[in-house]
Amino acid sequence: MTGGLWLERVSKTFHPGTSNARRALKDVTLSIAPGEFVILIGSNGAGKSTLMNAIAGRIPVDRGRIVLDGVDITRWPEHRRAALIGRVFQDPMMGTAPSLSIAENMALAYRRGRRRVLRSFIGAKERALYREALATLELGLEARLETKVGTLSGGERQALSLLMATFVEPKLLLLDEHTAALDPKRAELVLRLTEKIVREKRLTTLMITHNMAHALRMGDRLLMMHAGEIVLDLSAEEKAQMEIDDLLRAFERVRGETFVDDRLVFSQLEGKDHAP
Amino acid sequence: MALWIGSLEQGLLFGIMAIGVYLTFRVLSFPDLTVDGSFALGGAVAASLVVAGVSGWAAAAVAALAGAGAGLITGLLHTKGKINGLLSGILTMIALYSVNLRVMGRANVSLLNEKTIKTELEAWAQAAGVDRHVVFGVMFFLLLFAVKLAVDWFLRTDLGTAVRATGDNPAMIRSFGVDTDGTILLGLILSNALVGLSGGLIAQYQGYADVQMGIGMIIVGLASVIIGEVLIGAQTIFRATLAAAAGAVAYRFVIAAALRLNVDPNDLKLLTALIVVVALVVPPILEKRRLQRRLDAEDADAVFGDDRRQAAADRAGAGAGPKAEGRVRPAEKGGEGG
Ligand SMILES: Nc1ncnc2c1ncn2[C@@H]1O[C@H](COP(=O)(O)OP(=O)(O)OP(=O)(O)O)[C@@H](O)[C@H]1O
Ligand SMILES: [Mg+2]
Repeated sequence: MTGGLWLERVSKTFHPGTSNARRALKDVTLSIAPGEFVILIGSNGAGKSTLMNAIAGRIPVDRGRIVLDGVDITRWPEHRRAALIGRVFQDPMMGTAPSLSIAENMALAYRRGRRRVLRSFIGAKERALYREALATLELGLEARLETKVGTLSGGERQALSLLMATFVEPKLLLLDEHTAALDPKRAELVLRLTEKIVREKRLTTLMITHNMAHALRMGDRLLMMHAGEIVLDLSAEEKAQMEIDDLLRAFERVRGETFVDDRLVFSQLEGKDHAP
Repeated sequence: MALWIGSLEQGLLFGIMAIGVYLTFRVLSFPDLTVDGSFALGGAVAASLVVAGVSGWAAAAVAALAGAGAGLITGLLHTKGKINGLLSGILTMIALYSVNLRVMGRANVSLLNEKTIKTELEAWAQAAGVDRHVVFGVMFFLLLFAVKLAVDWFLRTDLGTAVRATGDNPAMIRSFGVDTDGTILLGLILSNALVGLSGGLIAQYQGYADVQMGIGMIIVGLASVIIGEVLIGAQTIFRATLAAAAGAVAYRFVIAAALRLNVDPNDLKLLTALIVVVALVVPPILEKRRLQRRLDAEDADAVFGDDRRQAAADRAGAGAGPKAEGRVRPAEKGGEGG
């Protein structure tokens, strides 16, 4: 197995040995091909974020192996894995440094995974590069390089986060509900950018969403998690046949017992989907 | 008059310490209490070396190194030992009290008849036939300004920007491959090196080192940083370090004025604490008003359109504090190792 992401029997229990013990990942085995765009869905507490945090090295796993682009990164610290992995978080505040300017944030992203040295920052050539990249967002940020990022709107910050996470092409892009905190219009914008960037750069991508319509519309493959396990794995063809209701029925087949709750959750989420 | 001149000269030397405090308190968002200990350490080391016959400038350089070591220890306690930042600083500070006594061998060391930076400058002034205070003022100013420019330069390098981002959003900068333990360590080392240097210079200027000389220094540093921000602002790096330096001088003037007004010297620490409290409490209140005005301006948006709104927002934006916006640090969700 070369390239892409390979998880082998990855397990994680929070607070082991206490009454609060919580098996968040149960022997998760998963292979994602290079360039594949995978959507991950599942109810609250299913373990989706934990899976991403385990891949990114934010939490250590108890057992199992994580191999990215042919390299076993299971024991690597988070900052080292960051050389290979781009991330966008749910909270627009998380992906950028608010008191630094747009140019400085871009410069931090441009140096992903490289040693930070005592070299003076950002020459004219680099600036031109940033402007060009920012222009692709079509938000006018290219004209505001010196603006402090803290003064941008949530949508602008999230679009910038996405650009920064992919500026130096990562081997893997992790998106954890990265549009959940945005209003429908901004969410649509950021999703369109996501689609564009992922396709243009052919990035291996894992994206979490609670939005069934997005889950069906986007990506090449659909995974569903429940209680720390991947319980459904649909190819692009299978996905193409599906309507939201089919997805809910599939969900029902996999785990009928709590279907009613989830149907509620899904239909609520579905309701606020459609951008005006 | 002598009181004011003395205050200026001291303020310039304390300015180096204030820039150090700026590095931890503002840049790293790390309230580092090591300062009380590392300041006195700098004084103790420099005084002991001068007594041993080392030149004043070399002694000050070693004082800076000693301060750097103190910062390293606090940093290791915090990053590798996983001890809370505030507590790490307090532990180092307390430990240094004993270390400083050992360095000096007693509670204070007099430099009365020693060759110090001060006596050197005095001899120089005499030879050149200028007033010694002119020489002090110019030299100390140049020294402080050189430190300020060096810190500005550092903060604009790749590494310095990574340090700034660490104070701003550690989760983000880790996700771009920076080991935040390393940047925190570096920030603490640099900061305390400046504090140690300042202590070494002050000891030579006042003619003695005392194991008590660092007590309350962190609050003096904070007062300097905050007063400076009020006077000068901190919108850019250049201004922010200038503010810390100028704040240190302004603080000395406030103290001199208080003494002039016959405030009991024993009450000076109380006064300093009050200044810091006021400077910490008032700006957020002003900021809240400013935000309210901005919100009002946005409501006007519906009526007046984007130009008006932009203008209003710009107006509201001018004069904002250093990190007025976006200071909300998102709680690290789902990470157990943090
Ligand atoms: N740091 C932590 N400490 C303890 N328990 C945790 C931690 N992080 C997650 N968990 C638990 O692990 C389980 C999986 O959580 P996770 O955040 O991965 O869910 P999720 O699928 O991302 O849910 P959501 O859709 O709500 O974001 C939950 O029961 C959660 O309470
Ligand atoms: Mg989650």
